[in-house]
Amino acid sequence: MTALDTPTTTTTDRVRLAADRVRLAYGEKVVVDDLDLQLTEGSFTAIVGPNGCGKSTLLKALGRLLRPTAGSVLLDGRAITSTPTREVAKVLGLLPQTPLAPEGLTVADLVARGRHPHQSWLRQWSSDDEAVVAEALRWTDMAELADAPVDALSGGQRQRAWISMALAQGTDLLLLDEPTTYLDLAHQVDVLELVGRLHAERGRTVVVVLHDLNLAARYAQRLVAMKDGVLVASGTPAEVITEQLLADVFELEARVVPDPVTGTPMVVPVRRLR
Amino acid sequence: MTLTAPTRAPEHRARPRRVLRVRHVSGTYRLRQLVVPLATVVVLLLAAAISMGRGDYPISIPQVLGALVGLGDDTQRFIVTELRAPRIAAAVLVGVALGMSGALIQTFARNPLASPDILGVNGGAAIGAVSVIVFAGTGTTAAGVLGGIGLPLAALLGGFVMAFAVFGLAWRKGVDGYRLVLIGVGLSAMANAVVQYLLTRSTIWDAAAANVWITGSLNGRGWDDVLPLALALAVLVPAALALGRVLNVLQFGDETARGLGVRVPLAQGTVVVVAVALAAFAVSAAGPIQFVALVVPQIAVRLTGGSRPPLIASGLLGALLLVASDLTARTVLTEAFPVGVVTAVVGAPYLLWLLVRGRRRSTL
Repeated sequence: MTALDTPTTTTTDRVRLAADRVRLAYGEKVVVDDLDLQLTEGSFTAIVGPNGCGKSTLLKALGRLLRPTAGSVLLDGRAITSTPTREVAKVLGLLPQTPLAPEGLTVADLVARGRHPHQSWLRQWSSDDEAVVAEALRWTDMAELADAPVDALSGGQRQRAWISMALAQGTDLLLLDEPTTYLDLAHQVDVLELVGRLHAERGRTVVVVLHDLNLAARYAQRLVAMKDGVLVASGTPAEVITEQLLADVFELEARVVPDPVTGTPMVVPVRRLR
Repeated sequence: MTLTAPTRAPEHRARPRRVLRVRHVSGTYRLRQLVVPLATVVVLLLAAAISMGRGDYPISIPQVLGALVGLGDDTQRFIVTELRAPRIAAAVLVGVALGMSGALIQTFARNPLASPDILGVNGGAAIGAVSVIVFAGTGTTAAGVLGGIGLPLAALLGGFVMAFAVFGLAWRKGVDGYRLVLIGVGLSAMANAVVQYLLTRSTIWDAAAANVWITGSLNGRGWDDVLPLALALAVLVPAALALGRVLNVLQFGDETARGLGVRVPLAQGTVVVVAVALAAFAVSAAGPIQFVALVVPQIAVRLTGGSRPPLIASGLLGALLLVASDLTARTVLTEAFPVGVVTAVVGAPYLLWLLVRGRRRSTL
């Protein structure tokens, strides 16, 4: 058993993270209203929807970066906003859309900061931390770049470094906000393969906001489609990605064909519906 | 057809982390982070010893050391322990306070151009101090009140009030570094206008005295000035060091920091209170000495490496810069020359270089 192993998790019906009739607003502007969502242990969920549908806002609320104006987000059955931040950080990790790394920070230092919630003022760095960080670097193929400054990395490598930090944080749940933004297709696949392995090999419960429907359908077990702050559809990729849904949610006329590689639904756009 | 070799990741010099464990206390450090502060302490002690010997009445370094432990004649002992030692102690403490304050603010704002000046500490302190100088002896109610407070306390209060006004206006469920800098620049300009107005109402002698204070000077500092500063630092320096671990994570931005279990508004508030207090005590003791808080943390981070200005090295380098600047002001120039002129001469070109340099450390 390596330092990173969390107790083996399989998909169960146990709900780890739930949105209970949440309303989310920026000031007066309500972005999400009366939304229910349940995320079970060991699941891999992708939230999809057009720009401005509130999917990133929902993810922020699930990661307690945004306090709901009504309803609540429950982590293991307990309101996340009344759970101490440090306790949450031991169970739930999150990766913002464009995380900011200070210039001069090395990959090893970045990954080491993932241990922050597990440390205290007296116990700043233990051999456990050392082992977890080394394993996280190796597991994400970043060991060779451990001493490279994060700002000198390519976009794909940088995203791997951040995922490595999230891995070192050792949380059961992981929320990622558009981790493939600004990456070319090869690196998008690379990042999602890595996230997929986190789910499959490390038993992480993953929630990811994605723009690319074909990649979402390929990697996630469950898709959640949103439009105008409302949850429109939820289910397996085959259940959610239908020609009707693409017309309703994305205002897109499209054909849905089986992906020749995985058999998951694949969207072939025809034209924008007005 | 030509094939180019696949690009390899650049080789990076390994900077091994060392782990320090004393019973249950543990932490990581790098060799440079240990060597730079130690070397600074050595140079600082040397500069302080030289500084205590130089002046209208030169005293050799062995005699200085002797006078400090009570040897030598009365004149030497008086000059060293009563005239020069408190002045140099003030320089060291003010330098430590400004260096650490700058390191805290720059890390917090994620901006190398941020400093306690930006938070309005200097502007507010100048209003307080210049008011005392200008209204003293006018026989008005203001003169009575201000005279009772005294100049250092008036400067301290002015600095605090201004800094929290800037912080309060910048607060929107947390603080954005860019917004903080803009509001700070705006309010500092207003404070400057108030000071200018006060100066136009003052006599030529008061205006001259006020200008020396505004430049920042260690002239005539005695143990009475050093004591409050020393007491303040005894509390504030440990407080600043305790914030180091949180600063490491705050650097990532609010969302990532929150994700790593930091209560961001509380952490930000604590950092600002400690940084403002450090700067305000420094200003109340020596006036708004320019550029130390701005320049020193950036020099320190370049010397030690790493991703944020180191607190201890910034404090020590601040002390060294101030002692060396004061030595220069007293010996190369004339006795009455305020130390702020020297730090400005050193600091201004550095600021220009920082501004014209293409690459910025982190985004605004």
